[in-house]
Amino acid sequence: MKITRRNIFWLKVAMHLVALTPIIYLVLLVLSESAGGDPVQYIIHYTGIGALNTLVMMLLISPIARRFKLGPIVQTRRLVGLYVFAYASLHLMAFISLDLLFEWSLLWQETIKRPYILIGMFSYIILFALAITSIPALRHKMGRQWQTLHRLVYLATALIPIHFYWSVKSEIIEPSIYIAIAVILLLIRAPLKRLLSKNILM
Amino acid sequence: MKFIKGITQKSSWDLKDSEVTPESVFNDRRNIIKALGLGALGASLPTSASAGIFDLFSDKKSTSQFVTAPLNFNPNPDFEINEHKTPINKVTSHNNFYEFGTSKQDPVDNAQDFNVKPWQLVIDGEVERPVTLDLDDLTKMMALEERTYRLRCVEAWSMVIPWVGFSLATLLNKAGVKAQGTHVAFETLYDPKQMPGQRSRRVGGGVHFPYVEGLTIAEAMNDLSFMAVGLYGKTLPPQNGAPIRLVVPWKYGFKSIKSIVRITVVKQQPPTSWNILAPNEYGFYANVNPMVDHLRWSQASERRIGEGGLFSAKRIATQPFNGYGDQVANLYQGLDLTKYF
Repeated sequence: MKITRRNIFWLKVAMHLVALTPIIYLVLLVLSESAGGDPVQYIIHYTGIGALNTLVMMLLISPIARRFKLGPIVQTRRLVGLYVFAYASLHLMAFISLDLLFEWSLLWQETIKRPYILIGMFSYIILFALAITSIPALRHKMGRQWQTLHRLVYLATALIPIHFYWSVKSEIIEPSIYIAIAVILLLIRAPLKRLLSKNILM
Repeated sequence: MKFIKGITQKSSWDLKDSEVTPESVFNDRRNIIKALGLGALGASLPTSASAGIFDLFSDKKSTSQFVTAPLNFNPNPDFEINEHKTPINKVTSHNNFYEFGTSKQDPVDNAQDFNVKPWQLVIDGEVERPVTLDLDDLTKMMALEERTYRLRCVEAWSMVIPWVGFSLATLLNKAGVKAQGTHVAFETLYDPKQMPGQRSRRVGGGVHFPYVEGLTIAEAMNDLSFMAVGLYGKTLPPQNGAPIRLVVPWKYGFKSIKSIVRITVVKQQPPTSWNILAPNEYGFYANVNPMVDHLRWSQASERRIGEGGLFSAKRIATQPFNGYGDQVANLYQGLDLTKYF
């Protein structure tokens, strides 16, 4: 199948809609009091899962492009990646504003004391760096370093499901599934063949 | 305040009419989305309203509304506190009750068809007169009183709730605790047909059911330990532990076991559900203690859920024993509370 510019345009429109709908839905749920009497944990969980799902979708783009020979769709990765950052930002903002109620000293103490918050924050810093450097001018300026920096998304992919797993009280099934998904997404990218052939050559 | 014995009186927690969401509006809240003309949006999404469309896992919700009934009680002035009460709509829609699902709104969504009639409560073990009580007989037999308690969840949020019920000690004294009894064990109903969390591990969050809790005899006989059959003047809604639950306000909320079917006086410390699940995070005592952090968060402060919107909550300092130290601190003399958390 030949992918035209027009196809990409409409694919991007669809992606925007898919990514924005859950936010609108969350706002409606909270306004109509359908997310519980005190929806703080609900909002934090919802936006966190949103970030994770968007990350999974983003990491599926390249394998799909390769498998189905749809090369041009990799152009949508930037858009989806920025939505990962947007959801992660909402998640962090909800934690700071609704749960901690802007107690910055508590945020600092909790970050250094709690491993799950620490790796969450670390992952957010990665996403922040990737989002900032997605500005085309910066990307050009960075040259080959850009690629190196953006490989950090794989580190975030490994850390974020662990952040989820460590944060729950007892419901470990859902985070375990995300860990499995992350492992698969990382494994299909692992340059196994290259590593093996190199070893043989050397 | 004047009151006549046996007659329900207005008490200080009564909010002004203007402050209260009318029950019909509250129960109808989902229809607001529809009224906004956005019903189609909701309907087109794959899961039901409160599951969150990003959640991979969701379950059917109840459609009808559980009916609560007014109770006859007297306010107990010894247990009035000068703090803003958490509005009833928040008390009844923000609950931890894993038998009905793990998120806060799952119990209100999933428990409305819960059948509490008939309900039997067994009192047995090391007692003079083991007895099986029908709950209707029990509520008639006991003089009901209202007490307003702070409720501090181990997850660092808190509420102020006017409960209706009677002290646990009066109930235990009716059965007559034998001298060799050292602890009291409590058990929640086990009924997977009615409780989806007991049917499925993923709905129930991995808790081993039936949910069990326990107190020492001294804790159980303390005047603060309360058996609640109602809140805000009416019988308990299922999400709050209908038809009868424990309320031990100086301990984290998970000690206040819901929908109790059995109270057994025993000779050794009984197993308790959260302690079984994560002994490093939840101890047997579980006294509210700002000095002992939970492994994953600080217990030094708490989000007090009060009136008003999302941003109106306040973070307040957590008190040792949730502010009930005068009544209960003596129970733990010589006990290292950082070790026996």
